[in-house]
Amino acid sequence: MIAFIDLMQHAPALSVGVCLLGVVGILLARRSPNVREGVSLTTAVVNFVLVAWMFRQFEAGEEVGGTLIDIVPGLEIGFRVDGLGILFALVASGLWIVNTLYSVGYMRAHNEHKQTRFFACFAIAIAACMGGAFSSNLFSLFAFYELLTICTYPLVVHAETPEAKAGARRYVTYLLGASIGLMLPALFLVWNMAGTMTFADLPAALDASDASPFLIALTFVMFILGMAKCGIMPVHSWLPAAMVAPTPVSALLHAVAVVKMGVFGVSRIVLDVFGTDLLAELSLHHLLIAGASFTIVCGSLVALAQDNLKRRLAYSTISQLSYILLGLGLLVGVTGEDQVTHYQVSAGGILHIGVHAWSKITLFFAAGAIYVALHKTKVSQLDGVGRRMPITMTAFSIGALSMIGLPPAAGILSKWWLVESSVDGAYPWVLGVLFVSAMLNAAYFLPIVFRAFFKPVPEGEESGRKEAPWPCVLALSVTALGTLLLFFFPEVIVDLATAVAQGGGAK
Amino acid sequence: MAGQLPALAVVVPLLVALLIPLVSRFNRRAAWWMVVGALGFAVYGAVAMLLDLCGSPIGTTIEYAMGRWAAPTGIEYVVDRLNGIVLTMIAAVGLITALWMRKSIRSEISEKARPGYYATFLLCATGYMGMAITGDVFNLYVFLEIASITSYVLIGMGRTRQALYAGYSYLIVGSIGATFILLGIGHLYMEIGTLEMADIAQRFAANPELYDSSVVRTSFAFFTVGLAIKMALFPLHGWQPSAYSRAPSAASLFIAATATKVSAYVFYRISFSVFGADFLISALPHIRDGILILAVAAIFVGPLLAIRQRCLKRLLAYSSVGQIGYIMLGVVLLNEDGLTGGVIHFWNHAAAKGALFCVAGVLVYRTGVSRVDALAGMGRTAPWTSAVMTVAGLSMIGVPMTAGFLSKWYLGAGALDAGRISIVPVLMASSLFTAMYVWRLVQLVWFAPKDTEPLVKEEAPWSMRIPALVLAAACLYFGLTSTSVDIARDAALSLGLGAP
Repeated sequence: MIAFIDLMQHAPALSVGVCLLGVVGILLARRSPNVREGVSLTTAVVNFVLVAWMFRQFEAGEEVGGTLIDIVPGLEIGFRVDGLGILFALVASGLWIVNTLYSVGYMRAHNEHKQTRFFACFAIAIAACMGGAFSSNLFSLFAFYELLTICTYPLVVHAETPEAKAGARRYVTYLLGASIGLMLPALFLVWNMAGTMTFADLPAALDASDASPFLIALTFVMFILGMAKCGIMPVHSWLPAAMVAPTPVSALLHAVAVVKMGVFGVSRIVLDVFGTDLLAELSLHHLLIAGASFTIVCGSLVALAQDNLKRRLAYSTISQLSYILLGLGLLVGVTGEDQVTHYQVSAGGILHIGVHAWSKITLFFAAGAIYVALHKTKVSQLDGVGRRMPITMTAFSIGALSMIGLPPAAGILSKWWLVESSVDGAYPWVLGVLFVSAMLNAAYFLPIVFRAFFKPVPEGEESGRKEAPWPCVLALSVTALGTLLLFFFPEVIVDLATAVAQGGGAK
Repeated sequence: MAGQLPALAVVVPLLVALLIPLVSRFNRRAAWWMVVGALGFAVYGAVAMLLDLCGSPIGTTIEYAMGRWAAPTGIEYVVDRLNGIVLTMIAAVGLITALWMRKSIRSEISEKARPGYYATFLLCATGYMGMAITGDVFNLYVFLEIASITSYVLIGMGRTRQALYAGYSYLIVGSIGATFILLGIGHLYMEIGTLEMADIAQRFAANPELYDSSVVRTSFAFFTVGLAIKMALFPLHGWQPSAYSRAPSAASLFIAATATKVSAYVFYRISFSVFGADFLISALPHIRDGILILAVAAIFVGPLLAIRQRCLKRLLAYSSVGQIGYIMLGVVLLNEDGLTGGVIHFWNHAAAKGALFCVAGVLVYRTGVSRVDALAGMGRTAPWTSAVMTVAGLSMIGVPMTAGFLSKWYLGAGALDAGRISIVPVLMASSLFTAMYVWRLVQLVWFAPKDTEPLVKEEAPWSMRIPALVLAAACLYFGLTSTSVDIARDAALSLGLGAP
């Protein structure tokens, strides 16, 4: 029993281990696709159960985590379960189950090559996400961040066509380039200024250090741009390039895991490296708010011009990710004012991590399903698709509603809080940004819904019902339902996000 | 026997090397076994001494007076943590190369020449180990010549006629370097009157005004330039790419993983244990800055030049130009963190570059060419070798949890400590360039288009696979433990830098 408790103390490491064990299983079962996919699915479920267990421990106030490998002072692989981490881990591990189901349907219907490599790299990617989510220090976070880039490269280049290679090259150049060129030196400067890498000690240590405000500001900017996975402009263009990947990859990785690793990383930087107090003191949140607002509007404008459905979704992701960054900026902005009334609404950005994940994965699932069933990739080809694929397009519509921020989809939750906190934080112009963005969102999502349901099927095309294989349909129904349920029962995620914002803002 | 280890570690390989041609007259198979046995013993000796030192207080040395002639009359061998690290590196890489090379030699060297090759190889390893272990400046020169001349021969034994040319041009350039070093020794002897390193250091400490002597300064200048040629410090690296690419695979593996680093070690030794760290810090700050600039330039230019190379061995040679820059940066930062970073890079680079040259050797062994594009599709036919290449490549980039990351981390910390923040961006740029050429290799190996027919038809034989895997494992081991850092930090402290 004691041994079990000791083991569970290392549950975060165990979660990484389970995923990696899954990789071994997938490789061993490469000769039998059914067993292989069974292993994938089992791993996903076991991993989710583990994360859920950690969530319960976290709610009960138990400390879970510990140092796994201590290399030299400052460089250690260590884990600790906290609100922000568990939020990200819950989202990623939960959606992995659904996505595995979807992948099976998609990859088989497409008769894709190298499926073993696909599923194995996918499991490594989730392992990296788990590791990043529970990292207790900057070095661990950086290590898993890099691992995620490297292990998703084979997924992006999957088709191995010249376009796939060009896209994958851009993907890896941006992500590795930014992280080695900007994030690593920033890491280094933090270590030099604060003398610690542990999130628990960093804000206090940085506050106490005698580093010049300019250096701190520089480090902060280097972190934000270095974590190119967060998709802030001008380091965003890897994301549309990554759309050459098979759709399940775009769905889980480039709407959920990889990009959320980026915004999760930035949240860590804001809340647990610099701390909201220090950032507010140096007014650095204005930078974040300005950059995010710019990205929100520009991302949406570019999305409007895309005819390729996946690319449109990618630019929408860029724009939506910046909602989270905007929320973080606003969270810093309200720090120092009356905490008790403000902390809740200021959690809008954090909340959006979860909300956006469910909605965007639904949209990607739908895009992939359309491709599998009808081989259509362009918005202009979608006339009448709603009649042929009613379930898929209904799910798509729910996702779109959530993106725009209309009830009864979950998107309104986080957006409403963002609106409130921009009023509280005295940023009236941010209201304008949010309003314009909502209009733009409507402008590029509603025409798709309109085309699908209200335009006739073009002459000469079949018009019978033709949904994607059942695993795909099931998966996208689950996520669409999730998007609705989040609206009606938001307690879990709202409580978590509030706790995170409170912890970050109330020191 | 333990007390005799410093002498035996060098004498045993030396004698065995001389015996090889003799024994080969009776038994042709014996030569390889003799090389492995001699180097195995050297590894044992080096590791035993290093472990012994690690258990002792900082600053302890193992001293051995040759023939019981006490220094300064006789020649003394001195092992401390710093050259313990270097000695271990040479012996271990030598042994791994020896284990790796049997099949490669069979395909590249004619049967008649093989015993000669084995003897030369062992002599070369002996020469480098001697350079590392000796405490006498002139003895250092003797070993340097042994190592150099045997290297010229090894390189000249390559399959093509260009190998002769490469060996010859290395001979010319290398001899100039060696002559400079000899001139440095001569000048030093003229002014100081002794050749024993510890003795010279004591005389410097007793008479700091010696630092102002122009003879001493001339001597240091000769040492610096001579060693810079031998270690291929930018911009004196011209001999290196063709020497590495034309040599037989087994020779380029050993030479690339050790040779230039031993010369860099000699620079450490001369700077700290002969002239004393104060010489660079107070007497010659501008020279120190000059070397710093060259080191940083090497770090920047080396990987940049590597990106465009078409021959895998040349690519790796240019990457070595950059890596020597790291080691030299470590010494001229003149602080604890920087020196730690430089010293761990002896091991880290030996492991990564050794592994990559193993891969290059397999490529030559399986295809007969060393073109980069011959790697295409190797991941399908030779997954182990490709995995080794990937891991070693990641370590060259300096990805966290590999050995290369720790080197860069400490060098960066040293640069900040020395107040030279501008070096940090250069380190990052170098990582980026390295990432560019490594990624090119990774993409070729793992993500070649489906219709490419891989030139490498099968996996490397086990005798080549296991040594390469050991080196790749070392890249991870040194990246995940503090083994090397602990020893290197103590080495840095024992050289008189940082707080004791």
